[in-house]
Amino acid sequence: MKGYNFAYLDEQTKRMIRRGLLKAVAIPGHQVPFGSREMPLPYGWGTGGIQVTASILGGGDVLKVIDQGADDTTNAVSIRRFFARTAGVRTTTATAEATVIQTRHRIPEKQLRDDQIIVYQVPQPEPLFRLEPSRVETKRMHGLADYGLMHVKLYEDISRFGQISISYDYPVMVNERYLMSPSPIPAFDNPKMDMMPALQLFGAGREKRIYAIPPWTRVKSLDFDDHPFRAINAPHPCGLCGATDSYLDEVVTDDRGGRLFVCSDTDHCGERRAAGHIGADGFQEAAE
Amino acid sequence: MTSTLSPGFADPVTDAQSCFRAVLDAMARPGRVHTVRGVSAPMPLCEAAGAVLLTLADHETPLRLDPDAAPARAWIAFHTGAPIETDAPAMFAMALSLPDLDTLPNGTDEMPETSATVILQVASLTAGQRFVLEGPGLREPKVLTVAGLPPDFVAIWQRNHALFPRGIDLILCARNKLTALPRSVSIKEA
Repeated sequence: MKGYNFAYLDEQTKRMIRRGLLKAVAIPGHQVPFGSREMPLPYGWGTGGIQVTASILGGGDVLKVIDQGADDTTNAVSIRRFFARTAGVRTTTATAEATVIQTRHRIPEKQLRDDQIIVYQVPQPEPLFRLEPSRVETKRMHGLADYGLMHVKLYEDISRFGQISISYDYPVMVNERYLMSPSPIPAFDNPKMDMMPALQLFGAGREKRIYAIPPWTRVKSLDFDDHPFRAINAPHPCGLCGATDSYLDEVVTDDRGGRLFVCSDTDHCGERRAAGHIGADGFQEAAE
Repeated sequence: MTSTLSPGFADPVTDAQSCFRAVLDAMARPGRVHTVRGVSAPMPLCEAAGAVLLTLADHETPLRLDPDAAPARAWIAFHTGAPIETDAPAMFAMALSLPDLDTLPNGTDEMPETSATVILQVASLTAGQRFVLEGPGLREPKVLTVAGLPPDFVAIWQRNHALFPRGIDLILCARNKLTALPRSVSIKEA
């Protein structure tokens, strides 16, 4: 694109972010501060993820962007178009074709590979933020690996509700050292982070933090021996493709309590339907 | 100065990007050896070391330069703008032999990312002593072959690794090949 450097950011900014990324990878789960730049979209729309993507992207990459699992929502479409214009990279909606996947709040259902990088957009990188508002304090707690506060929070959940009441942004321990926010992905996706073959990078633009999980790294969702972590999902098959093992969105279809449960990962659902899997509501759709 | 400087990257944007991805992948999968499109770095720097410097160093990164690499000083200063051998704590060290790691910043418990990264030029990444690496990024223990590390490297590294999350990260370069050893990796002799 005329008037812009490749992938929008200037080279000096990219170098600064790249140095941060290398440190983040060397210290899995640790939040590395970086000089987050103003981007041509507001905070909360993925400025952190975009800056990380811009710093790693090359001409040969194939980019996929998802927003809550969907390739066709505003955020995903605009970010994909942004990089198609500023970097001229090929974009795709197929998980298997992508080399770099930028995501807002989901991990694709398809197992990621060794040659792929997933970039998470992170609104709040500090997992202790709701328990301890002071950055100075939480930094010290990370330095000392003092995570008692989070265990108390989980314990209090169990004593009040009988279970841990966190359904997204469920805290994890990375490499048995750092407590980390997985970004607001559903707890359902947490097990996919553990020993993932792909490199996982996290960018928080407003909070100016980068962190990472190298491939094949232990990522454990916090729990107790007598209250083990359980991934929660709606007890339904996907209405369109019939999948029983994917994360589902609940769609309100009428004013009489009608509900449709569909795969949140649109690419996964589309692929399954193309392969002939049809769910209970999928027939109707085909017949219309 | 009478000699003319050799050029930096032919295409600064794409060459730096591809070199960075090689370093990133090597850091994420310790011991994986990458070949980089190098630059004609001046003696005694190898292509890969020159490329890594151009990719990561700039005016914000105080650099410690091995006295034996002094002939490359003007080239590094011109192409990267990095302050060389200043009083500021070094963020990078360009070394031809492993420096005393205790003389470099290894970060603090709260800010372990403030440690230095050592770009170490070695004789070879395809022949020499065999090491077994284990840690994040490695599904199973990986063998790395390096010629040019000190005989007591495993003991030195074990001390560095024990500091985790503090510690120094190494980028090893030989000719046009590079790999990385982040502080998180533990190393044994094969």
